[in-house]
Amino acid sequence: MYSTDYIDQGTPRVDSSKTVTLEIDGVPVTVPEGTSIMRAAASIDRRIPKLCATDTLKAFGSCRLCLVEIEGRKGYPASCTTYVADGIKVRTESPRLTQLRRGVMELYLSDHPLDCVTCPANGHCELQDMAEDLDLTQSRYGLSGANHQHAPTDTSNPYFTFDPAMCIVCSRCVRACDEVQGTFALTIQGRGFQSKVSASQNEPFLASECVSCGACVEACPTVALTEKSVIELGRPDHAVTTTCGYCGVGCSFKAEVKDGQVVRMAPNRDGHANHGHACVKGRFAFGYATHPDRVTTPMIRGSINEPWRQVSWDEAINYAATEFRRIQAKYGRDSIGGIPSSRCTNEETFLVQKLVRAAFGNNNVDTCARVCHSPTGYGLKNTIGESAGTQAFDSVMKADTIIVMGANPTEGHPVFASQLKRRLRQGAKLIVIDPREIALVRTPHIEADCHLQVRPGTNVALFNAIAHVIVTEGLTKENYVADRCEIDSYRKWRTFVAEPRNSPEETAASTGVAPGLVRRAARLYATAGNGAIYYGLGVTEHSQGSTMVMCIANLAMATGNLGREGVGVNPLRGQNNVQGSCDMGSFPHEFSGYRHVGDPAVRTMFERDWGVALQSEPGLRLPNMFEAALDGSFKGLYVQGEDPAQSDPDTQHVTAALAAMECVVVQDLFLNETAKYAHVFLPGSSFLEKDGTFTNAERRVSRVRKVMEPRAGFQDWEVTCLLSNALGYPMHYRHPSEIMNEIARLTPVFAGFTYEKLDRLGSIQWPCNDKAPEGTPTMHVGEFVRGKGKFFVTEFVPTSERATRRYPLLLTTGRVLTQYNVGAQTRRTANVAWASADRLEIHPHDAEVRGIKDGDLVGLTSRSGDIVLPAVVTDRVRPGVVYTTFHFPDSGANVVTTENSDWATNCPEYKVTAVEIVKVNQPSAWQKRHREFTDRQLEFLKGGDVTHA
Amino acid sequence: MEPLLTKYVREPNSFTLDFYLQHQGYEGLRKALALKPDEVIEMVKVSGLRGRGGAGFPTGMKWQFVDKKSPNPRYIACNADESEPGTFKDHLLMERNPYLLIEGCAIACYAVGARVAYIYIRGEFLHVQHILEQAIADAYARGFLGKNVLGSGFDCDVFVHRGAGAYEAGEETALIESLEGKRAQPRNKPPFPAVVGLYNCPTAVNNVETLCNVPLILFNGAAWFASLGPEKNGGPKLYCVSGHVKRPGVYEASMQVTLRELIETRAGGARDGRRIKAVIPGGSSVPILLPDQLDTQASFDGVQKAGSLLGSAGLVVLDDTTCMVWLAGNLLHFYRHESCGKCTPCREGTDWLYKILRRIECGEGQMRDLDLLSSISANIGGKTLCAFGDAAVTPVLTGLKHFRHEYEAHIKEGRCPLPADWRARATVGAH
Repeated sequence: MYSTDYIDQGTPRVDSSKTVTLEIDGVPVTVPEGTSIMRAAASIDRRIPKLCATDTLKAFGSCRLCLVEIEGRKGYPASCTTYVADGIKVRTESPRLTQLRRGVMELYLSDHPLDCVTCPANGHCELQDMAEDLDLTQSRYGLSGANHQHAPTDTSNPYFTFDPAMCIVCSRCVRACDEVQGTFALTIQGRGFQSKVSASQNEPFLASECVSCGACVEACPTVALTEKSVIELGRPDHAVTTTCGYCGVGCSFKAEVKDGQVVRMAPNRDGHANHGHACVKGRFAFGYATHPDRVTTPMIRGSINEPWRQVSWDEAINYAATEFRRIQAKYGRDSIGGIPSSRCTNEETFLVQKLVRAAFGNNNVDTCARVCHSPTGYGLKNTIGESAGTQAFDSVMKADTIIVMGANPTEGHPVFASQLKRRLRQGAKLIVIDPREIALVRTPHIEADCHLQVRPGTNVALFNAIAHVIVTEGLTKENYVADRCEIDSYRKWRTFVAEPRNSPEETAASTGVAPGLVRRAARLYATAGNGAIYYGLGVTEHSQGSTMVMCIANLAMATGNLGREGVGVNPLRGQNNVQGSCDMGSFPHEFSGYRHVGDPAVRTMFERDWGVALQSEPGLRLPNMFEAALDGSFKGLYVQGEDPAQSDPDTQHVTAALAAMECVVVQDLFLNETAKYAHVFLPGSSFLEKDGTFTNAERRVSRVRKVMEPRAGFQDWEVTCLLSNALGYPMHYRHPSEIMNEIARLTPVFAGFTYEKLDRLGSIQWPCNDKAPEGTPTMHVGEFVRGKGKFFVTEFVPTSERATRRYPLLLTTGRVLTQYNVGAQTRRTANVAWASADRLEIHPHDAEVRGIKDGDLVGLTSRSGDIVLPAVVTDRVRPGVVYTTFHFPDSGANVVTTENSDWATNCPEYKVTAVEIVKVNQPSAWQKRHREFTDRQLEFLKGGDVTHA
Repeated sequence: MEPLLTKYVREPNSFTLDFYLQHQGYEGLRKALALKPDEVIEMVKVSGLRGRGGAGFPTGMKWQFVDKKSPNPRYIACNADESEPGTFKDHLLMERNPYLLIEGCAIACYAVGARVAYIYIRGEFLHVQHILEQAIADAYARGFLGKNVLGSGFDCDVFVHRGAGAYEAGEETALIESLEGKRAQPRNKPPFPAVVGLYNCPTAVNNVETLCNVPLILFNGAAWFASLGPEKNGGPKLYCVSGHVKRPGVYEASMQVTLRELIETRAGGARDGRRIKAVIPGGSSVPILLPDQLDTQASFDGVQKAGSLLGSAGLVVLDDTTCMVWLAGNLLHFYRHESCGKCTPCREGTDWLYKILRRIECGEGQMRDLDLLSSISANIGGKTLCAFGDAAVTPVLTGLKHFRHEYEAHIKEGRCPLPADWRARATVGAH
């Protein structure tokens, strides 16, 4: 069922400049051509009865309740499948129509339980509503003979049930799975009266191909598919529109609440990023917010070998402030720093970097984007002038050839993946560049035209080869380039890529991609009407990450694929607010809006507004902070909602650095890996407990609204204020809107932002200022942000990390649909039903020579460390490449990753680690130590004295 | 009229290419390729050929509607999903004269500008599929299909696609869905397949017998074809006579023939000692005719004038041993089983019709059940996406119209009034 306050128009909106005027029940109506009669009637508030129609799905015409009469036409056409026509006169009510509708409704009721009063959907069931409208409570048929009312309920999915007895076989769930989600997991099995909804080959939902996105639940008009939470908690009493706290798609949701408790998260059909769709994480995995593992009392301790002591907020904050000042007095101003969170709001992130710059008095602030998309920032800023994706998600619906590179949207960005798949099913061409055979390569009704299964670490060589083909075959858009780019830089680049050593034939040996395939992909991209590139961390997390981003920008400029809808360079950002966290000035060298701290004009503006002198030299980057900690010059860290001890590479290096510090302050929902090395723990608030904004991968700023009270009493931004005040730098905001006003005041691309405007428009894509008062869906229209686009020569410098006799395999990492990043949230939900551990994917050939079988425990060793994981033998990976995820701290995937990093931004080279694998029968030494350490830390958590409630 | 379509079906080698070539095989295609596509369509229009699948829509017109302006490829889909109860003519044509169909497909492709024809064959016709595939392979080998057919520059491919055994797949849009690999459920019309058909491309869906007539038209001329039958009902027609007659079978005749000639002369009439009680003239889906209507001309227009439809020309003959309640129940057992399940009235309604008919037949019915039958039928007929709904309620509605007294007798007597030993039927089990 759709969210309680939504009014369904029956059939999808039609965009047509032509309009048609008709008469419905005597009222003239003008609607776009191609609109259904049902939708036209809805526009004048005539609700034609319906059950199989809903405005997110194509009209189906099966329930036959929406029949109408049209003057001069014979019969009773279905209003959902009949289009408007000029001058027709439609009657939506007549005695005959009522009789027909009652007849159909009687048939429905003849095979449907009539115990509405005790039904969880009571009051929010379309069948019940229609029956009431038609004044029917039972049918004349009785219940003799076979029916479906004793069919068992499928409760296998952790989040929803399927009760066939309640099903009216409207196919909405099947169509939602096909049209909206694109998984094609559901079908109608059997014919006629035997028709029934079935998952895969009549399997339980959990065992089927279902990815639990909830589109079917959303589409179901009855209680047949219902959230277990609705069955358990009952109907919600109100809804709050907010933005998902998981990935960078930034789906809009209506959080439906009862007695201060979230009953369900209903995807918002008016949401600009998701249009009413969602995934298993955002839709269902919100239980972590009320998980018993939440730490809701502040705690302090003198050392990490002591038990935690529960204290009051005042004591914890003062302790932290005193410690920070002590450390600065002893080790110098630059001996402390802060890490804002890409999961917190823009306002919270802005405050953390303000705290560091204004209260700590240094620029030692860095964000997790350091370890994901910092090369995107660097590469795009230098070439086209702005550190962000160029398009809106909807732009993909106008793309003709789509390159997906180093990204796995169906797992990492599932709601965007559904939109992408919709476009691909319409016929757009797809080029996948990935060492793994990701699902998009071959999935129902979609097959990639080219899959370039590149060897990890050779992206730049491959892209140079693609550029070589485009340049040498004369497929560049010379006029576009001449018009919009720095021509000298273009000529240099052209000459460089045209060199024979960059040809597909010459580079094949290192990339492992057949030259013919490279040529085909290059032609496909360059000759498509609209070529769009979507990429992920498989592009950035390399020692040549920044070069690779420039390769992408070069190619897009050379082929004229920037500056309009359907094209563009689109980084798929990982976390809900990683774009925002970058925008807000979380980097050591940049203020909000990507302005360098060394720029005196900008710095002066901030100094005036904040009333303090600010440093002009960039501060320490995240890896440098850890280096400095090991050197003994960096001693204090404020970490808000981040977990570098799990997420950053070379875990043992990171934990050694944390252990070397004197005051680590962690503000989080849970005692995460980093908190195990902390001295002060400040309870965090989840996205359900705060007000603010998130910025998604398409630069869309959306409101986050408080759904329930913060468990520990404060929203995260309030805690930062407390800390700042305790440090003697006053921060007094009554509401995040005041922080946003400050951001707008100090940041030109945000100048037009206010909460009032966000409430009015729903969401806004920055830049939003006088030039674009309602935001900017497509960037670089007419001209690049930096003026003329600049080409960079992208020499391929191979990583030092390469397969050797000792470490003959290359490890690359990624993630799965049901788990999110370090898993702090999703591991504490029923999502573990799908993924309960990290596994190592290995090609059958590599497995066989090592005597490894599916499910065996294997030891994975690199020069950084060793861990043990269960093996999955699969040809999704190519020979010589192994793959794993990093969602579970116990597996320690980052124990093996190395300290190699991008030459420009220090973004770690997570995607290439030379490893060897052996069959083993017990966890690795690190894993055992980690287990012991964790157990002790959990004991410390229990052992704390309760001095204040 | 001398048989044209079935002239050689009894010859042992009628299905071989050599035999076909000895008997004007592919001459129609040769003539077609010498004409412009539009001229071929014009010829078929003038011939008055009407679709043999059931609706009797003029074939030339259907071809003309195939959208020539579309940038997409065009397709011919041959409906060989012969599933209508009492219909078995296409089966015979494909089994004994497969080249005629292949030639017809090629001409149709040429006419509408398609390069590919799909023959969608009923799931149960596995052996026929093998015959067709052999015939297609031979045609490719001899240059009647493939690239540059007969040196004309015209390319044509023909594929056979076997269904999975669903009656509904014979509905043209459901057939297209099934060809695309989806569930055989009908689409909304409009848009019609001629505009948005297979893979959303312009498509003409033609019955096997229809396409088999096309080479005859090209070879012998449109006027000759039209002259074979009454006005607007030209050409030869295959009739499937089944039920209570002495010699059931496929009979070819001009549409000037009457139902009586077909039943009494060709099929040998009723069994000895029995009299004909009713005839369903066009497969199971059309209204019942009574014995006094047997002199009706067995043409599209003739049967329609008599209040029924020629449909697929499957004449189901019923003699006086037939219980009409049983008949309706038997047919509803079929329709209930074959309803695709998309539209609610049909999915739920056919089940209730069947249940109610069964209880009446068993003597457990009540008078109000007759109202229920009428009201359910009224909710299905004309109210569903495709014509299946109309077909499903026809046995009930015409049965009630002509034989209401039999229904009432069942209810009043609490049993079937016919002598027990007349009940030739086996009780149909519920699926």
